[in-house]
Amino acid sequence: MESLSNRKKVLEQKPMTFLEKIYIPAILKGLRITIKHFFRKKATVSYPEVERPYSKNYRGMHSLKRDEEGRERCTACGLCALSCPAEAISMISAERQKGEEHLYREEKYAAVYEINMLRCIFCGLCEEACPKEAIYLDGPHVPADYLRKDFIYGKDKLVEEKFDFKQESVTSE
Amino acid sequence: METVFIIEKFILITVVFVLTLVIAMYSTLAERKVAGFMQDRMGPDRAGPYGILQPLADGGKFFFKEEIIPAGAHKSLFIAGPTIAIITACISSAVIPWGQPLTFGERTIELQVADVNVGILYIFGVIALGVYGIMLGGWASNNKFSLMGAVRAASQSISYEIALGLSIIALLMVTQSLSLKDIVAQQSGFVNWNIWVQPLGFIIFITCAFAECNRVPFDLPECETELVGGYHTEYSSMKLGLYMFSEYINMFVSSALMSALYFGGYNFPFMYELGLSQNWITIIGVLVFFLKIFAFIFFFMWIRWTLPRFRYDQLMNLGWKILIPLAVANIVLTGIITLIRDTYFQ
Repeated sequence: MESLSNRKKVLEQKPMTFLEKIYIPAILKGLRITIKHFFRKKATVSYPEVERPYSKNYRGMHSLKRDEEGRERCTACGLCALSCPAEAISMISAERQKGEEHLYREEKYAAVYEINMLRCIFCGLCEEACPKEAIYLDGPHVPADYLRKDFIYGKDKLVEEKFDFKQESVTSE
Repeated sequence: METVFIIEKFILITVVFVLTLVIAMYSTLAERKVAGFMQDRMGPDRAGPYGILQPLADGGKFFFKEEIIPAGAHKSLFIAGPTIAIITACISSAVIPWGQPLTFGERTIELQVADVNVGILYIFGVIALGVYGIMLGGWASNNKFSLMGAVRAASQSISYEIALGLSIIALLMVTQSLSLKDIVAQQSGFVNWNIWVQPLGFIIFITCAFAECNRVPFDLPECETELVGGYHTEYSSMKLGLYMFSEYINMFVSSALMSALYFGGYNFPFMYELGLSQNWITIIGVLVFFLKIFAFIFFFMWIRWTLPRFRYDQLMNLGWKILIPLAVANIVLTGIITLIRDTYFQ
């Protein structure tokens, strides 16, 4: 039967020739291969000094986004938690009070928003599920830590820094 | 004996000893670097520029690690093991001629610690003693795997010693001398190197040298996949360090021996045609000798990252069924050629 990959090879079992028997040509062949690698360009990067840029679709730490006026976009709908296959996301929602309009965009917001980075598998489904474009996995690596509890990231670590949107757009032009 | 002579020898011994240790030290770094380069990575480069302080860091680590002597071990022999290994490794370099004599006015200084007229036999004797270090260490550990490693080391060493000795006999038939100084002096220039008359002997010799040094592909006394760690399983801290160190010193000495016996030692092409003074020839000769030694050390490492380890029965087959008959054939061949040359072309 023809194999699917067409890469099947029939094993040859000829008796070894004299050159194969004395083994030395094979050793020389091997030595040639290893010495070629000796002069080849190294694949390693001296990590702390040189950092390799991430690919465009790299998924790192989550960040909760703000809108143009610096208000939190998240409306605590829970779709991200629902879509999360590892069940890493949990949240408690709260109602926006009067005078808090500059903090939260919608009437409902996440009072507590926690992601367990030990559970998270960085699949990016939360990003896809979010209807408000509030969560993105565009951060850096999740750093190492000593205790398991320190890997539960709250809003203090997730919500991105406030920035002046107008000034940003001016400078970027 | 005059005092100047003793001082001179003392200085020479110290220099050779320190040099041996430093080279062995940096062989460990070179090994890791070569390993890295052959696997397309950098090797250690954190300690100092290009990692040149790495051997010091390793040494410091060895000294500060906890020293463990197993409860069931034979204590004195357990300590004697690495001691013998390192001592035999260190004293074997005594008869190697490092260069031609240096002349300062009236005095000529021999660059050889001891010009023994049976130099080769001395080296062989010391190398044969070296296996005691491994055997005692393995046996005294009171560990089955260590004992297996030690037994392997002993049988391997004995098997390959025969072929090694036989390959040397063919060389001695050509050189007519047992003194390393004479053998090296005979090979002046380039065309007189023994490799041209004894290529087969050299291949046998280098194979056996690999086996005697317990280097890959003959490192069966210490294969971690089968024997945990081999003969040094129970060793920790600097005692393990000494075993490792003696291996690297052995590698250095056998590289020196190979370049002295087959590659002309301190001789280099056109050494007398360049019109240099005797002292300059000596100095360049010493440098050339070390260049050859380093080339061989590199070859040892190169082989290590090329060939896989033998199976034990294959190792014995190679030693007894191939190398020993080949070495005997080489002796016969050398004898016939010498006879023909002496009767018809003299």
